[in-house]
Amino acid sequence: MNAPQQSRSGGLSPSRRLLRARGQTAVYLRRRLGSRRSLLAVASVFLSVTLVSADPVFIGSKKFTESYVLAEIAKRALENAGIKVEHRPGMGGTIILWEALRGGGIDVYPEYTGTIAEEMLKQPGASIAQIRNALSAQGIAMTDDLGFNNTYALVMRRDQSEQLGLTTISDLRAHRELKFGLTHEFLERRDGWRPLSERYQLAPSQVLGVDHALGYAALAKGEIDVKDAYSTDAKIGDYGLVTLIDDLHFFPQYKAVFLYRKTLSSQAAHALNDLSNSIDEGRMIRLNSEAERTKNYAAAAQQFFGTTDGAIATPFVSESFRNKLLRWVTRHLELAGISLLLAIIVGLPLGIVASRGGAVGHAILGATGIIQTIPSLALLALLVPLPFFGISARTAIVALFLYGLLPIVRNTATGLQDISRPLRESAIALGLTAGQRLRKIFLPLASRSILAGIKTSAVINIGTATLAALIGAGGLGEPIISGLNLNDHVTILEGAIPAALLALFVQFGFDLLDRVLIPRGLRL
Amino acid sequence: MNALVHFRYVSKRFGADFAVRDVNLEIERGKMTALIGPSGCGKSTILRLIVGLLTADTGEIQFDGEKIAAETIMKIRRRLGYVIQDGGLFPHLTARHNLTLQPRLFRKRCDEIEKRITELCELTKFPSSGLDRYPLELSGGQRQRVGLMRALMLSPELLLLDEPFAALDPLVRMNLQRDLKEICTRLQQTVLLVTHDLAEAAFLGDEIALMNEGQIVQRGLIADLRAKPANEFVREFISAQRGLVQL
Ligand SMILES: Nc1ncnc2c1ncn2[C@@H]1O[C@H](COP(=O)(O)OP(=O)(O)O)[C@@H](O)[C@H]1O
Ligand SMILES: [Mg+2]
Repeated sequence: MNAPQQSRSGGLSPSRRLLRARGQTAVYLRRRLGSRRSLLAVASVFLSVTLVSADPVFIGSKKFTESYVLAEIAKRALENAGIKVEHRPGMGGTIILWEALRGGGIDVYPEYTGTIAEEMLKQPGASIAQIRNALSAQGIAMTDDLGFNNTYALVMRRDQSEQLGLTTISDLRAHRELKFGLTHEFLERRDGWRPLSERYQLAPSQVLGVDHALGYAALAKGEIDVKDAYSTDAKIGDYGLVTLIDDLHFFPQYKAVFLYRKTLSSQAAHALNDLSNSIDEGRMIRLNSEAERTKNYAAAAQQFFGTTDGAIATPFVSESFRNKLLRWVTRHLELAGISLLLAIIVGLPLGIVASRGGAVGHAILGATGIIQTIPSLALLALLVPLPFFGISARTAIVALFLYGLLPIVRNTATGLQDISRPLRESAIALGLTAGQRLRKIFLPLASRSILAGIKTSAVINIGTATLAALIGAGGLGEPIISGLNLNDHVTILEGAIPAALLALFVQFGFDLLDRVLIPRGLRL
Repeated sequence: MNALVHFRYVSKRFGADFAVRDVNLEIERGKMTALIGPSGCGKSTILRLIVGLLTADTGEIQFDGEKIAAETIMKIRRRLGYVIQDGGLFPHLTARHNLTLQPRLFRKRCDEIEKRITELCELTKFPSSGLDRYPLELSGGQRQRVGLMRALMLSPELLLLDEPFAALDPLVRMNLQRDLKEICTRLQQTVLLVTHDLAEAAFLGDEIALMNEGQIVQRGLIADLRAKPANEFVREFISAQRGLVQL
């Protein structure tokens, strides 16, 4: 059993017990940096009187509208059954969600049978029963299908398809000039572009990788001609697109289901299974369309219940922009601030050791340098499956911490190495011990360089922290990602502008700090 | 024998090259010994060996009867003052803070430290108004005076000066040379002065040790070196310097 589960089942996890023993600061830090779960744990003490279960069920969703809406529907269904739920929206791709589900970071998320067979179990063409067995072996259960098939499809502008007389995917073979704009996931999938193009013998002159939502805009503007889509995408109707017929039956079935951990209470499992066969394709397209129009997934989910039950569980209250902004900025600063603090605490001693050169020094500089070359998104994705990490602020903080390390280590090392030999020797000749030399002479002399390194780290962290939202850690990346998903520039700017201002502000703050922390004698 | 420092067959190599080779040297108490020789002959290495910035490969150095080694060096350093070409002042500390650094670490009382600073300002003719300036706010000559004060703070038994005036312009240098001579005479200070300037060595040194290629070639008064040069190198070194002075 891993730590998150233990804390959910009531008692303190071993690590938390240890931290508490270390005193108030540690507890406070842990509370600030710990996942929302720890905040919820506190809140649930007060709420437990009114709730059947004090431990919330965590629902994850992928970074696209339908996944958001289905997660909201599951959330509402569980709430109606009296279960405390939290939705962590838009946590990125299949791998991240799957690992989070297996690791217990989340308990439920919506998935598609085709993806499960192809991507997760690597058993293309597996039957429903085979899928269930394989999942069960990993502690995961699956509901019956929700009533619709959201398979992949290739779409085109209606006017162009009519003009060229294209109705099937096979018809594309004769039109190599058409520009394909495909999502990165589709390009890489085992049931995606590569096998599809082989099967249909397609060899278009241009294939670009484009974000899903941005791709629709590009298609509407004529920048691309063919794009991959989900057959229930609201945009297919909105942009007047046509779906090309899969005449060779290439695409597998993508029946929507909920995956959930077998540790889920039977009451919760019942509530989820009650949703099977309740949404058909037409209905899903309308819900998606509603969600994209109102930019409110909870409201779309409410519409689902409104038309089936005729009863609304709780009225949806939208959070004010000021509150949202405050929440994003606070979390953003927490992520960047705590990771920076860790980078300073660890980076400074490493920099001091590295400044002495030798094999160890080179190893330190080399290792921190290599970390810096890993793309930040890849680093996050690599950390998520590891036992201690998963989908949490903790993972984001560790990734940011690793990124922040290099500038601090390198600047500390070079700052110390740049101290002239006469000054070094004078300090030794005065009879100062190694520790006294470092504290009283060498670190102050290197302070300008060290502070410059810390400033670089801080600014990098503010920027990179926007990616934390991809693994559900919140911050100013939240509006950026949902804006990207909805192709809504205003929402993107709601995150991008504060993030840019924050970076400027941090830079300015450090310039002021320079005047306080760099000794006056060095600024003459 | 009343020597404070003894070198016995001391050698120091960097790679295959000897910086100092089989040196035997005594530094007499209460005297100023001027160590002179062409650039790169090993003068600074001799001082660095005494301060423990370098350790000898072979041979032995004794300070007041005690062997200089890793175990003894921290104690011995308290009894040394060391001044280098540009003073070696720490730029992030004011002149005063440069002076108090060492006595504070050795837990001297504040009023004692203040008293010593006032004394030394007078001795070195450093205006006390300059004490709260940073090194970069002082002139080159003033920096050397502060460097000298810092070396004298704990009344060291041996003062080591490594070309202390080489970077100064002639007028400032002359004043400092005169003041240094006065100070050392007054304090009866034991000094080992490294210089490449024969005139400086002749003016300041009670005795001269002439070095070449890591070895001491001749020791004695300047008049001895002139009258009875030990070898061709000594004759050339002295006549070359005289030639320059006559220009
Ligand atoms: N740290 C060092 N590494 C290598 N060679 C050195 C080092 N220090 C001094 N040397 C060499 O040792 C010799 C003596 O140097 P030094 O004592 O500084 O000469 P001086 O002070 O008489 O000009 C020179 O040839 C110099 O290049
Ligand atoms: Mg020298």
